[in-house]
Amino acid sequence: MKDSALRRRIFADRAFQVVVVFLSFCSILPMFFILFFISKNGITSINWNFLTKLPAPVGETGGGISNAILGSALLIVLASIIAVPLGILTGIYLSEYRKGKFAYLSRLSVEILMGIPSIVIGIIAYVWVVKPFGSFSAVSGGVALGIMMLPVIVMSTEETLKLIPDTLKEASLALGVSYPRTILKVILPAGLSGIVTGMLLAVARIAGETAPLLFTAFGSPFMALSLFKPVSALPLTVFNYATSPYPEWHALAWGASFVLLVFVLALNLLAKVGMRKWKVQF
Amino acid sequence: MKRTTICLVAALTLLAIASSGMAKEQELIGAGATFPYPLYSKMFDVYSKEYGTKVNYQAIGSGGGIRQLINKTVDFGGSDAVMSEEDLKAAQAPVLHIPTVAGAVVVTYNISGNPSIKLAPDIVADIFLGKIKKWSDPRIVSANAGVKIPDMAITVVHRSDGSGTTNIFADYLSKVSNEWKEKVGTGTSLNWPVGLGGKGNPGVAGLVQQTPGSIGYVELIYALQNKMAFADIKNKKGNWVKPSIASTSKAANITLPDNMMVSLTDTDAADGYPVAGFTWILMYKEQQYGDRAQDKVDELVKLVWWMTHQGQKYAEPMEYAPLSKAAADKAERLIKAVTYGGKPVMK
Amino acid sequence: MLESTGQMIQPMNRADQETQAQAARLRYRAGLTLSEPAFRKILYLAGVSVLVLLIAIFLSLLFASLPSIKKLGIRFLIGRTWDPVTSQFGALPFLVGTLVTSFLALLISTFFSIPISIFLGYYYREGKASSFVKTVIELLAGVPSVIYGFWGLFFFIPIIRFIEVELGAAPYGVGILASSLILAVMIIPYSASLGREVINLVPTDLKEAALSLGATRFEVVRKVILPYARSGIFAGVLLSLGRALGETMAVTMLIGNSNFLPTSIFSPANTMASVIANEFTEATGAVYLSSLVELALLLFVVTTVINVIGKVVIIKTSVT
Repeated sequence: MKDSALRRRIFADRAFQVVVVFLSFCSILPMFFILFFISKNGITSINWNFLTKLPAPVGETGGGISNAILGSALLIVLASIIAVPLGILTGIYLSEYRKGKFAYLSRLSVEILMGIPSIVIGIIAYVWVVKPFGSFSAVSGGVALGIMMLPVIVMSTEETLKLIPDTLKEASLALGVSYPRTILKVILPAGLSGIVTGMLLAVARIAGETAPLLFTAFGSPFMALSLFKPVSALPLTVFNYATSPYPEWHALAWGASFVLLVFVLALNLLAKVGMRKWKVQF
Repeated sequence: MKRTTICLVAALTLLAIASSGMAKEQELIGAGATFPYPLYSKMFDVYSKEYGTKVNYQAIGSGGGIRQLINKTVDFGGSDAVMSEEDLKAAQAPVLHIPTVAGAVVVTYNISGNPSIKLAPDIVADIFLGKIKKWSDPRIVSANAGVKIPDMAITVVHRSDGSGTTNIFADYLSKVSNEWKEKVGTGTSLNWPVGLGGKGNPGVAGLVQQTPGSIGYVELIYALQNKMAFADIKNKKGNWVKPSIASTSKAANITLPDNMMVSLTDTDAADGYPVAGFTWILMYKEQQYGDRAQDKVDELVKLVWWMTHQGQKYAEPMEYAPLSKAAADKAERLIKAVTYGGKPVMK
Repeated sequence: MLESTGQMIQPMNRADQETQAQAARLRYRAGLTLSEPAFRKILYLAGVSVLVLLIAIFLSLLFASLPSIKKLGIRFLIGRTWDPVTSQFGALPFLVGTLVTSFLALLISTFFSIPISIFLGYYYREGKASSFVKTVIELLAGVPSVIYGFWGLFFFIPIIRFIEVELGAAPYGVGILASSLILAVMIIPYSASLGREVINLVPTDLKEAALSLGATRFEVVRKVILPYARSGIFAGVLLSLGRALGETMAVTMLIGNSNFLPTSIFSPANTMASVIANEFTEATGAVYLSSLVELALLLFVVTTVINVIGKVVIIKTSVT
């Protein structure tokens, strides 16, 4: 009696382990499918032409995504200008003031900001920048992406600085270094690699964002690198060309997806290295 | 420290290029219809190579074009739908509808073998109303004796965005079907009784191409470029007409009003294709608004003049009907009416 | 790091000290050095700024939605017809579309994320298999939405179309099932990583006590780990839900864009996010535009509430 009950339990245990392992590996399959699919179709599009030329008119071959690559770069730079200084300062604030009602509210705001859907932020950027200025622009796209970068930078800066031992700060203060100087010249440099890791994660987050750009950056078929005019971006290119019926445009979309995917994954992996060094999870 | 400096320098250089781009060559921004987009993208490419002025046209649908023009976020809008009363009121200033070409809205479908079928107007309306649900419906089969029609369900595909192509199609259906007129009506964004939505003409073409048994409506060039079959439609005079440049031009051969805000559907012309329409460039009559500079306005007027004259030679290879003499004359008059600060721009 | 302050710790003679002090005073007068109160004020302002930003976002959305709130009131939420032609804006189809796709995605993803949490938090806490799986899951979270959509278009749609043809349903391909599937794949990483953390933190003595009493590992999971980590897993699920509700691009590409109440799992539909993406650039008319902004406001409120509840659950169980 006991024997068969025991055998049943052991069988259930083994079966469960198999199921768990199986389902876990099933869940990671999509990554390989995606990588395989996009690489297979995208890598054939990648050539020097593709990376340096502008898109061709409808129905013609030989276009490229140079404007999308540089457009994305411009947007990332703009977003960083908005998000990095403010984000680092806020991160410092939150790491210095651990308790207190106001810090609590501030921290809560950052977490809420993190969870806002990107399309809502796109609408905000439209209302705040596009409408008043009367045109779609790289700046409005930068604002939208900057708002999305901000929480990531704040949280990663805060987490990094929290890990720096208080003794460093106290030693510096004890030696007579002023408080601002301690923070800016002692603590911040100590946490620099962690902060940079946070920036890498933030850039990875926004590099692939499409929704906020739909009604801010707007897209452009030209090498338009102007701040106050519409600009192209990699994810916009993928979205616009993927849903079209033209095989030439599909090829562009595959190639752009490949470039984007490689870029984002590389950033994430680099960030993982940084996080391992700090033994922290952002 | 060195790495940071390098990154910073690179970023600042990028920004410098970006802000200097503000002062450089003219760039005109337009948005709107996907209907003429293949033609426009060719035209603007040629224009920028010949004259240096870049035209950034985003095909977001006629609805989008109208809206962005009203918001004054673009220099011109592209639309295959005439602006409604409400839109004209919202614009708060007269908007010129300058025709560029005429095109055909074809009923395209995905049936194995890509046979050519004939669809009478009432059948088209009933399919898109959801009343005819299968390809093997006797009404379709009886009109197409000898054609192998499979017993498949019909999947309707329509536009998910605000579309002038929709407007032309719905305008036609309202004229040939009372039920359509009452149930759905005309407009750029409709309350479709059935079907899937695709974004832009390309989206609809893409969906029809990939969905067996589907039926949709697109501008002629999209069906041709993707080797999709499209139907012959019976026109008002009872003739079966195949959509083409010829039949579109015939449909456009009517008395045209001065403001060119006219519909070409359900044409009286004997050999005219009944689901045709003009596509327009929309721009404000008085161009001095906001901080628009004279030179930008000059460029815009030059562009539109070129599109209606030298640019017309690109229409036929892409299966669009170029403007007839009468239409071109009206277009010229409209362009000459554009003013800057009250003074006409074209001398 | 003390090298940067090295100047300070070198022994100085009195003359040097005097010059140093004078220089410092001059710099301070010239406003070149930050004083502590000024710096603290800057930090404080930074802290305020995020709060202000959040409030500004909420107020902007509210303000821009006022025209439609005033005109439509409750009809916005319960109306079934979204017809821009006749200015009827009933958002019920989108609410339903959003809820159905998100919950379906949640169901499907939980089926996978709990096993992953157990895999990484209990069975294989260290080692190569563990870090490999963990890395892949985290990378999955980083794949841009538009690429998921693009992949889904060419991978899921043909499969679903095939199933539909077999079942005799209309071979749309796109629709609720397609978008729920892609959403499920996208949100697995969120509940998986939070779940892994909480399962990891189950006290070892509890697990060992059960094992020493003769329980199999399966029984330890069922009777010790899952009950203990229940609220943490729930928080992870909530986090995934918040993410699914707001997801736009992949859903827009796979949901079929129909403004009607979906009738089956194969129907095309629209979510709040996808309808905004489709129609925002062309919404003519104040009420149309503000109806779309009202949808955004709704999205904002719902996702915020869910995220906050999730955080509260995490704090209450003080697991992380």
